[in-house]
Amino acid sequence: MPELQLKQLYDGFRDPETINELARQIKQWASQLTEPVYMMEVCGGHTHTIMKYGLPQLLPDNIHFIHGPGCPVCIMPKERIDQAAALASIDDVILVTLGDMIRVPGSQGSLAQFRAKGCDIRPVYQPLDALKIAQENPTKTVIFFAIGFETSTPMTAVLLEQAEKLGLENLLFHINHVLVPPAIDAVMADQETKVNAFIGPSHVSVITGSKIYQPTVDKYHTPVVISGFEPVDVMQSILAIVKQKVEGRAELENQYQRAVTEQGNLVAQQKVDKFFEVRDSFRWRGLGPIPSSALKLLSEFAHRDAEIRFAARLPVKEIDDHKACQCGDILRGKANPKDCKVFGRGCTPQTPLGSCMVSSEGACNAYYRYAGVE
Amino acid sequence: MAKPTQIQLSHGGGGREMAELIGKIFFDAFDNPILRREEDAAALNLSGQTAFTTDSFTVAPLFFQGGDIGKLAIAGTVNDLAMMGAEPQYLSCGFIIEEGFEIDKLKTIVSSMAKELEKSGAHIVCGDTKVVPKGCADGLFINTTGVGRIVRPGISVRAIQPGDAVILSRDIGRHGAAILTAREGLELESELTSDCATLWPVVQQLLAANIDIHAMRDATRGGIAAVLNEWTKAANVGIDVEEKLIPVCDEVRGVCELYGFEPWDLANEGTFVIALPKQAAEAAVEIMQRHGGCDSAAIIGTVSDEHAGKVVLHSPWGSKRYLELPQGELLPRIC
Repeated sequence: MPELQLKQLYDGFRDPETINELARQIKQWASQLTEPVYMMEVCGGHTHTIMKYGLPQLLPDNIHFIHGPGCPVCIMPKERIDQAAALASIDDVILVTLGDMIRVPGSQGSLAQFRAKGCDIRPVYQPLDALKIAQENPTKTVIFFAIGFETSTPMTAVLLEQAEKLGLENLLFHINHVLVPPAIDAVMADQETKVNAFIGPSHVSVITGSKIYQPTVDKYHTPVVISGFEPVDVMQSILAIVKQKVEGRAELENQYQRAVTEQGNLVAQQKVDKFFEVRDSFRWRGLGPIPSSALKLLSEFAHRDAEIRFAARLPVKEIDDHKACQCGDILRGKANPKDCKVFGRGCTPQTPLGSCMVSSEGACNAYYRYAGVE
Repeated sequence: MAKPTQIQLSHGGGGREMAELIGKIFFDAFDNPILRREEDAAALNLSGQTAFTTDSFTVAPLFFQGGDIGKLAIAGTVNDLAMMGAEPQYLSCGFIIEEGFEIDKLKTIVSSMAKELEKSGAHIVCGDTKVVPKGCADGLFINTTGVGRIVRPGISVRAIQPGDAVILSRDIGRHGAAILTAREGLELESELTSDCATLWPVVQQLLAANIDIHAMRDATRGGIAAVLNEWTKAANVGIDVEEKLIPVCDEVRGVCELYGFEPWDLANEGTFVIALPKQAAEAAVEIMQRHGGCDSAAIIGTVSDEHAGKVVLHSPWGSKRYLELPQGELLPRIC
């Protein structure tokens, strides 16, 4: 059998004819809509796809995107970044974190700025890289600043499992793992929200299964279509939502069947349950405190919890975004990046005021990079 | 006493060890009469308009698929001259070496420099060696400076005009992707090689054929996104490019897919972009395709007087977006 080429895995999902045909069908169905569709793509990855591939340019005027709170960088409140910076400032500590996180501004600066001041802060490509860093630096304390939704929590769990197995005592964790469904509830709790459909974050569902969105469908009577990240995936999901709206249905659909099942990845779920429990509350940037919306380490792993071990040194003051920054309204779906007065002026990817501009998954960053061709 | 196999601080001390290092490694590899004179400065015969450039190389890892820091240091500086329509003639070469660096590795790098020099015919005529204590440098840094005779004056970003065609010499992103895959932490197995190459031979062919080149630039750090954006701002024009015409090999696309990068943002070290009158474009592409390393040369876009200062990328399905300058460190997307 000939070897499968990477190209074959995505070519069909970016096929111009398929995309244009889906656009044609969406337009046809959308002409029968009695009210506009305001669909929230909860996940920043979808925002990125929508903007990068210019999908709004192919759609009729009665279809609107609202960019939701599903980017782990965007929703991180300043005080948590300040805590990471405080940890990194302790002698003989190496702070390890993922990607864009080092660029998010805290109240005292970003982790990149703290790194330039001499703190040992290392962005890694995957959590298990922290294991090697801890092994190679036995005299130092390595703290993994863990971030992300249900998608990335299992990787932190595996790292923790390995650390336990190897008895690696110098690897600690600062846990910031958050959960999607409570964030959706927070968005819908707002009386002014226009959201009347959801494009569901599919990578979350690869782990959790599609089942976690059924309560959203039942509670708010909105369609939820779990979608892949390629342009054809997103266009097909938009079509499914529009059809549901035209036919007066509100159902959970799974467009991303090639990776998502109803039950999800049970092994990953078990690993998460083995190490984590739900926090009473977590403050989200822009959304404020949301009950039961994040995880923390189980008490039996308190010896690895940097929040406990270094409690005395961690700042706890809650700090809001810059007054002019509208990230909060954008995350709630009440504003579009271009509505923000500082968008592209005082707030750019080089000098971000709010986190939506920092992350490549952030709505403002995606608009700044990809939108605007008249 | 056995000869040291690693660089010692004394190799930079100005004494016997330094003289030996320079004589045995550098002079042997870069041998030429001007260098052999060992004066405080090289005495050169220059005539006419001369291009002058410098660059420092701090790549990690030092060795990658398709090249090493030495090849890069020569190709990089020679290419900067070639992009001005200048024939590379004389180079200087400065080494900053970290104490403890393996002498065998240094020999390999120097020999790769000598080999790359042959491709343009340029000579290293002066140099400098410094050894710094362990921890003060990441193995080896190289600085090269070059001068070259301008064969075709007037090749400049300011000569770009609306209506010009934009040609890309080959598939993009190979160097950036090769360095990424070679980095510790990624551990990707890949056959991908860097595009690192000396461009003077192909440029020489274009000049010899009297192709009317307005501007040329090698797309190094920042990739073609950086070159095209610099051009639009410097010449106050817009550039429209067709995504489907930009060649990208599958492995580069794979790295981009995995880490959320875009191929136009990734670095190249042997890929260049040309702006020239539309009517000259096909002849240029034909010459380039006949030349090794440029078989996928293609016209990828047009210079326009709309969207001044912006590059517009057209998707294969009819949407368009600005192609912005890459920002910050190349960091992978989180999920």
